[in-house]
Amino acid sequence: MTRKQRRASLIGAGLVILGLAAALVLTALQDNIVFFYSPSDIAERGAEPGERLRLGGLVAEDSVVRGEGTDVRFDVTDFAETITVTYDGQLPDLFREGQGVVTEGVLRPDGIFAADTVLAKHDENYMPPEVSDALKRSGNWQGEGATKSHAETYGEGSYP
Amino acid sequence: MIAETGHFALVLALAVALAQVILPQIGAYRRDARLMTVGEPAALAQFLLVLLAFGALTVSFVTSDFSVYAVAQHSHSAKPLLYKITGVWGNHEGSMLLWILILTGFGAAVAAFGRQLPATLRARVLSVQALIGLAFIGFILFTSNPFTRLDPAPIEGGGLNPLLQDPALAFHPPFLYAGYVGFSMAFSFAIAALLEGKVDPGWARWVRPWTLAAWASLTLGISMGSWWAYYELGWGGWWFWDPVENASLMPWLVGTALLHSAIVVEKRGALKSWTVLLAIFAFSLSLVGTFLVRSGVLTSVHAFAVDPERGLVILGILAFFIGGALSLYAWRAPSLKGGGLFAPVSRESALVMNNLFLAAATVSVFIGTLYPLALDALTGEKISVGPPFFNATFVPIVLPLLLLVPLGPLLAWKRSDIYPVMQRLFFAAGAAFVLGLVVAAFQEDGPWFAPLGMALALWLFLGAFADIAYRIRLGRTPMQDALRRLKHLPRPVWGSTLAHAGVGIMVAGIVGITAWRAETVAVMKDGDTLSIGGYDITLMQVGAYDGPNFRSEKGEFLVVRGKREVARLHAEKRFYPVQAMPTSEVGIYTTGFADLYVVLGDRRGEEAWTVRAYINPMAPWIWFGTGVMVLGGLISLSDRRYRLGVPFARRKAPSGAAA
Repeated sequence: MTRKQRRASLIGAGLVILGLAAALVLTALQDNIVFFYSPSDIAERGAEPGERLRLGGLVAEDSVVRGEGTDVRFDVTDFAETITVTYDGQLPDLFREGQGVVTEGVLRPDGIFAADTVLAKHDENYMPPEVSDALKRSGNWQGEGATKSHAETYGEGSYP
Repeated sequence: MIAETGHFALVLALAVALAQVILPQIGAYRRDARLMTVGEPAALAQFLLVLLAFGALTVSFVTSDFSVYAVAQHSHSAKPLLYKITGVWGNHEGSMLLWILILTGFGAAVAAFGRQLPATLRARVLSVQALIGLAFIGFILFTSNPFTRLDPAPIEGGGLNPLLQDPALAFHPPFLYAGYVGFSMAFSFAIAALLEGKVDPGWARWVRPWTLAAWASLTLGISMGSWWAYYELGWGGWWFWDPVENASLMPWLVGTALLHSAIVVEKRGALKSWTVLLAIFAFSLSLVGTFLVRSGVLTSVHAFAVDPERGLVILGILAFFIGGALSLYAWRAPSLKGGGLFAPVSRESALVMNNLFLAAATVSVFIGTLYPLALDALTGEKISVGPPFFNATFVPIVLPLLLLVPLGPLLAWKRSDIYPVMQRLFFAAGAAFVLGLVVAAFQEDGPWFAPLGMALALWLFLGAFADIAYRIRLGRTPMQDALRRLKHLPRPVWGSTLAHAGVGIMVAGIVGITAWRAETVAVMKDGDTLSIGGYDITLMQVGAYDGPNFRSEKGEFLVVRGKREVARLHAEKRFYPVQAMPTSEVGIYTTGFADLYVVLGDRRGEEAWTVRAYINPMAPWIWFGTGVMVLGGLISLSDRRYRLGVPFARRKAPSGAAA
């Protein structure tokens, strides 16, 4: 092989690998993205049956009902709309009524959200940005952070 | 006074860095030896000044001086001493100071050990290194000064996030930073080489040990973080494809590619401009990682303070270094002369393939990490890209790479033949095939990929040792001769063998926990028993106790297997009143081949508790494997050839000392 051919074969191999990688990334982006919905979004637009999505908002006061074993049911609200969520499993340490929460799962045909993941937070005062944005959009944002010191907001996080 | 001393030292370091940027660069341009020699004392002085500043901050933390801003925000007098010290870098300001300390430490190492370098190259490396230092010292002083005084001083501090009060996590940032910042050396050498217009094997011989030291630190730092996530977050997972994890994985992937391509430059003089480009990208991705984690665009335990101003400044620094470096590359790289022809089947080609796959894997992680941020910024649409995306992209890209790993070291330089190589790997391939069959026959309801994954792991492990077996002529020469050869093998051979074998061990761990993990959840009262994977776990009692800065409820579990007590596990639910934050302490019993992992969940009524238990097969192998990889890196580093740069031949390897 000449020098030119060798170089061409190397570049060809590189292009093939990068092309395959690009194809993988693009198909995966189409299939594996989870959109974030607030309760109002679901009321407005609905959701495809069986589509995985994230639902975020505040856990409504006095809505947490614990059932058999580790079954639990609670309402997620952005004060404009409310969606009931069912979940079977252990709730994160900081799950509490009146606090922000992000859940992931599918919307059942009866309008109840069957969650298989409830995302943990890392801080008492933490509000997931998706949730605070959703509250702002529904006009129920109480404000946060303005009067808080760094010490209070320190370590904010939403490790899944 | 102490805080002011630190502040003053930092300002001085800024001035020294400025001088170090300008004078040696002019000196190198004019071939003026006097100006060039400014670099070394300046680099040492810069390091000592930053060390002084860091020491001052540490003293402020240890003595709980709450009139200092960073201490008041992030420390608490009731915290154990260890966490007062590690709290120095458990916050935005202090962690940036640690970043700079390590950066100037690397610069000082070049000044101290780099006397063998050509004078102009050394001057330029020090100048570029100081430019990075200048940007980040300026960033600290103008946007996040840890020494700001508070008046009046608060009586008590804000405390450290309880999740960070953990021994493994305490030392995760220094290693991670040593890795991130270690790539700054490769970057500085790359920029200096572009300015010089010359890349030769000697250049690669200098870049490799620094890259290797950075790579080993980064590997250790990432695996410590992963181990911490495993036992502290209480989810039993070891990798979440969380953006902050990806931020550290990207420089690791490119750094691994750089490590391999620099071998080609050193041995064969080929792939020069590609290697320079990788060096630029390795550090650029480290900067991207710093930006993602420190700017607050991501919400995670790492995002200490959400401050848009800081984010913008880091973004500016990022744009300057990446944009500047790539422009310089576009301008100067064509002048780098290529060399060393090689055939499609050769060691060089194998290393090129390694680089291509690693680069493609980096691209997939990069897109998965930044696409949601870009989409949010551009359209306001909120999406999350989670593990399914990475499983569908990263895994298929990395699999062929892993399959090819054992071939690489066995191929000859320049032109090789595939058949003799396959012969040498015959045993590894056969053993892997048999293991795959055995796993397939014995696993009860595991997924289809488990036998293949285990076979891949064994192929990697045994394949790594095929190189050594070949070199010592195992089986082709009397045993005594083979042993004699074994003793005289150069250390880098051991290094690469162990690093590759470590990958095999890690793959076994990953496949095991992914394929065969079992989980059960139950609500338990005292005396209730839960069964999982042949273990009977009985909740003995739950008691309360007070820690130094937390309250805890601690459950004791009796673990019985086949009527024999094997362990008593303790799982806790802690509450830190300063931050009003609960955390979990997990109880883990390990056999070495599997972990039994018990979490005490929330209380149900007066006497009942939610308890979760997992069997995580092969989980410890993940971190054992990364440990073996790091060991391989260190053994390679201790090789004699890297000590040539040291004036006194018997001294320690320069990069070993700096790491």
